[in-house]
Amino acid sequence: MVAGKFRSVTSYRASFTFEVLGNLGSTVLDVLTVFVLFRAATVVGGFTLAEAVLMTGLAVAGFVLCDAVVGNIDDLKKYVRSGTLDTILLRPLGVLPQLVFLDLPIRKVLRVAFGLTVYGVALRANHLDWTPPRVLLAVLAPLGGAVFFGAIFVLSASVAFWWVDSGELGNGFTYGGRDFTAYPVSVYGGWFRDLFAYALGFAFVSYQPALALLGRGDPLGLPAWAGFAAPLVCLPATLVAALVWRSGVRHYRSTGS
Amino acid sequence: MDGTGARVLTISPGQPFRGSVTTFGALVWSGFRRYATYRQATIAGSCTNIVFGFLRCYVLLAVAAGAAGGRPGGYDSAQLATFVWVGQGLLTVTGIWGWTELADRIRTGDVASDLLRPVPLVSAYLAVDLGRAGHAMLTRFLPPIVAGAIAFPLAVPHRWQTVPLFVISVVLAVVGSFGCRFLVNASAYWLHDARGPLMLWTLGSAVLAGLYFPLRLLPDWAAVTLWVATPLPGLLQTPLDVLVERDPPGRQFALVLLQAVWAAGLLALARLVQRRAERKLVVQGG
Repeated sequence: MVAGKFRSVTSYRASFTFEVLGNLGSTVLDVLTVFVLFRAATVVGGFTLAEAVLMTGLAVAGFVLCDAVVGNIDDLKKYVRSGTLDTILLRPLGVLPQLVFLDLPIRKVLRVAFGLTVYGVALRANHLDWTPPRVLLAVLAPLGGAVFFGAIFVLSASVAFWWVDSGELGNGFTYGGRDFTAYPVSVYGGWFRDLFAYALGFAFVSYQPALALLGRGDPLGLPAWAGFAAPLVCLPATLVAALVWRSGVRHYRSTGS
Repeated sequence: MDGTGARVLTISPGQPFRGSVTTFGALVWSGFRRYATYRQATIAGSCTNIVFGFLRCYVLLAVAAGAAGGRPGGYDSAQLATFVWVGQGLLTVTGIWGWTELADRIRTGDVASDLLRPVPLVSAYLAVDLGRAGHAMLTRFLPPIVAGAIAFPLAVPHRWQTVPLFVISVVLAVVGSFGCRFLVNASAYWLHDARGPLMLWTLGSAVLAGLYFPLRLLPDWAAVTLWVATPLPGLLQTPLDVLVERDPPGRQFALVLLQAVWAAGLLALARLVQRRAERKLVVQGG
């Protein structure tokens, strides 16, 4: 299946090149936006540009890793609407792996490289005081972030099982989550911060690990170990996503077309 | 007729102008009704607009709090909040994203049936798009603004001319956006597969129209170049700047004028491209 997909993708070279560049471009623009905002202010939410870029780097690295693997699941609502999901359910393979490989993410390779580069440069730029726990955290944090984003992608796609016309609703949490994690949580306020940062857990993708790496206290009051424990947040998120996905697949009734 | 036939609008032969206005109006109305059928998607889309509104608003307010003088790009906090929330409301009205209908119809060959109709193709598509924008104005424009007004202090216009100028500017933004999208889609006449240009358009249009951040945060030379040399600020940034009264009255008016020049230019270009395409068009498929 994977080989077949590879051949089909590479046979349209011009489109493929455009897709690679487009994919890369969207992530580059996200990072550039942070730089433009810091042109206007030297400190945003209590953080300098280098510190903020560390958070952006973590968020981007986690997001692109995740998007390269499961980003395609966004199309679930199309499959539910058109009935393509029936063919997928008929095959003797898992539903989730098939959806993932239905669209091979070769076009996303450059973007992953860019995301990891931003993260690497941000780590260098901050002159961190490296200790063994920090090294471990620096490696695990983007992976944890990727798994967490993966859970969010699966969750927001599962909405389509119950509500076919959910349209862009899922984007608010997947791409919204990406944008949320690209900035320090201290810039947000009110119930919006509580909901996204703590109830949904986005604070633990980039903000808390970045604080732990920088050795800074949390202006919002969480203890330092919260940063080191942050990658673990992806475990309950994955569990919830798995449960919702399973009940979604069971709940699925074909459109009948 | 026995009462079962479809009602056909007759174009009065003696009054061609009245006829074409009626046709145009009917097409606008059909565009409106077409989008009115997706009610649930409308609600879901508004929720997403509101989430992004909160995100961008908090980030820009934090920038304002950290900026020297508290006025990044010359906006105060209330102006920034208004910029973000009205921007989220306008996003679907100008509809810069996701229109691939013409490119799809060119690729499949369906565009041939559009060409058989007695209405010029550009006008017909423009009419339907105005109907779409009208529907979005009624359904998608207000929810983000209401949500924003509940959570943040917004700027209220002080000048009498601001609201009428804003309305004109929104219409021009819709026309300008249509012109751009038509041209991007029309590249399919030559390329057959317009996915590449469409992708570049999606990528560039949002950021250069001022969705991610107000363009005034860019260095002056970059902002001026964008305004004069591209139609993109006219798709979102200009109506928003007009509404929040970023500039003195004279420049407020000049911005709308510039937007009008671009909108007219784009429509003329769309017609020219369409005429060229018709001359060389080989319809695909059987």
